[in-house]
Amino acid sequence: MAETTLNGVPDEQTRPEGLSGVVADWSSDQRAFKSASWGKAMMWIFLLSDTFIFGCFLLAYMTARMSTTVEWPNASEVFALHIGGADVPLILIAIMTFVLISSSGTMAIAVNYAYRRNRNMTVILLVLTALLGATFVGMQAFEWTKLISEGVRPWGNPWGAAQFGSSFFMITGFHGTHVTFGVIFLLIVARKVWRGDYDHGRRGFFTSRPGDYEHVEIMGLYWHFVDLVWVFIFAFFYLW
Amino acid sequence: MASHSEHARYSQTAIAEHAEGQQHPIRIYLVVWFWLFVLSACSYMVDYVGFEGYLRWGLVLAFMIVKAGLIVAVFMHMVWERLALAYAILLPPIAVLVFVAIMAIESDYTALTRMNAFSNGG
Repeated sequence: MAETTLNGVPDEQTRPEGLSGVVADWSSDQRAFKSASWGKAMMWIFLLSDTFIFGCFLLAYMTARMSTTVEWPNASEVFALHIGGADVPLILIAIMTFVLISSSGTMAIAVNYAYRRNRNMTVILLVLTALLGATFVGMQAFEWTKLISEGVRPWGNPWGAAQFGSSFFMITGFHGTHVTFGVIFLLIVARKVWRGDYDHGRRGFFTSRPGDYEHVEIMGLYWHFVDLVWVFIFAFFYLW
Repeated sequence: MASHSEHARYSQTAIAEHAEGQQHPIRIYLVVWFWLFVLSACSYMVDYVGFEGYLRWGLVLAFMIVKAGLIVAVFMHMVWERLALAYAILLPPIAVLVFVAIMAIESDYTALTRMNAFSNGG
């Protein structure tokens, strides 16, 4: 049987690929996800549930925007910044997008270094990722402040459909919260790597289980998801 | 690479860890990173240049899908996972798309009803 053997080494060679592999994995005993630990599988399932949450937010936004008879405010103008005597459309959002993508890049490389057991590089890259994430949240706070001072409220705004404000605060607020928790999560994992917890088998404060370097990859899944959600928000809310 | 016995001694998580622990050359991450930058710049240019209508929506959607695909496939290592996991995670969001279709029809109807009602003096 293609099952996890007693010494914990998965027996990869006998496992079928393709669709018959899907059937074999799902119909086997013990576990369906042969290539993922329970930690990684649970993070993926959590992210799937989060996909539905953000999906429903964007869906509510679509419904509000499609069904209102009032004109929708032009995001390109609303989010423009006055730089050097000219209005540059969406420039802050574009910079935020690049910052978040960069943090995703540093995160991916941090995971790589973690599996190479290079603790110094992993910590540096994780902290860099956290810094970029904090920068993103900072810029979002600036954007919120600017819009609120211009009179955008969840129940109305000076430019058009009232639902613009509620959609904006709901979607970007929920995303910003995710980024904020991600930054905290990143700093916790960075501290663990720095202290060598994953080498010494130190037990975690929350689970009381010893972790290993796969935790960095699981952390990375969450962080990339936050970036992924922003890709959709950027397209549907800011560019549509 | 630490040996498996070492892993097993330390944690439950490691029992299922794949032999390689998702080891890929760093180059592939840098290439994906570069393309994410280029694609983001392209979607920004769609707004900057001021494309309208189907051209705008089509380009925005295309860049969005390619970016999302790159992040999930490479950064989140989905191409290297077994199909059992990929299908379990990637197929359920189709339900969201069905929901989108339903609500698009519903919103059209709501908008029509509103326009009718408001044109008769509210």
